[in-house]
Amino acid sequence: MNAALTVDRVHVGDTLPTLRYDVTATTVVLGALAARDWRPMHHDHDFAVNRNGTRDIFLNTPNQAAWFERYVTDWTGPYGRLGRMTFRMKGSVFPGDTMHLDAVVEDVSRDDTGCGWVELLVSLTVDGDLKTACTARVALPVSPDDNPWRRRGDQWQP
Amino acid sequence: MSTTDEATGEVPADGLPPDVAALIGEVQYPEAGGFPVEQGYIWTSCASVENGNPLFWDEAVAAEITDGPIAPPSMLSVWFRPHHWSPGRTEPAVPLQVHFDLKERFGLPEAVMTDNTIVFHEPVRPGDTLRTHQVLRSVSAPKTTKLGTGRFWVIEVEYFNQRDELVGVESYTGFGYRRDS
Repeated sequence: MNAALTVDRVHVGDTLPTLRYDVTATTVVLGALAARDWRPMHHDHDFAVNRNGTRDIFLNTPNQAAWFERYVTDWTGPYGRLGRMTFRMKGSVFPGDTMHLDAVVEDVSRDDTGCGWVELLVSLTVDGDLKTACTARVALPVSPDDNPWRRRGDQWQP
Repeated sequence: MSTTDEATGEVPADGLPPDVAALIGEVQYPEAGGFPVEQGYIWTSCASVENGNPLFWDEAVAAEITDGPIAPPSMLSVWFRPHHWSPGRTEPAVPLQVHFDLKERFGLPEAVMTDNTIVFHEPVRPGDTLRTHQVLRSVSAPKTTKLGTGRFWVIEVEYFNQRDELVGVESYTGFGYRRDS
């Protein structure tokens, strides 16, 4: 396994590599079913258009959370431990869209317990339009022998 | 305090009906998960977003880093979405019942989620049986957006494992609305 990303190697203003993904109807339906979200606007085109007034079926919120988690931990590696994610949905993501996930480091800190934290502003855009903004707080090792997953109780302050 | 118009039974536009106001801060719908956390769903979720994190695919890595397999933290709410059908049930079960209660109470046929915060605590592991409850935190006055006219509300969902350890808290902001004609 590669050396873990440690918090001392991260700086405010750093950017993460872009993730580009072509969304299909399968992406939307698979994501909804993986999240056990049976609501029709995530698999039924007619319902989405004529009842919800949207262009097509669209990615559901829990699956977007899974996309954001994957994007963040692709960067951190397995020692990265998510503490908190906040999303704001601005628009929907439809089949035929190419979504781009990008992120910038907004803060790097250690809390009172010595846990290292990185705050990321992650954006999901389609054709340059912001569809979902996500703020992610993720713990990283402070040294090669640290492991945020070992923290429990009051040593874990997400 | 809101005053009710005796002729219509309605409250002023900027007020909340007393029955809704009384629900704010109340624990509602305590619920046990319908099935244990399962590895198959973990893989299905990872496959849906092409998540190759070895914590979820490589037992040796999981043993080294997280003392054994865990579920992706973002799957927290997955373990509480009811089956689409189950024997003896006559009405479709819906997750986040408080959200649907508010849609019905205010007569708002459509709804979207606008904001979602998830705070992660103890890792969730295959075999865990979780429990949860919902708390309504706020309901807005009527608002008009490009989708239609309705209300925003904030609902928190707290999750615990079988050892009563907090595993996460989700906060949802929903917008229930009626499309403007």
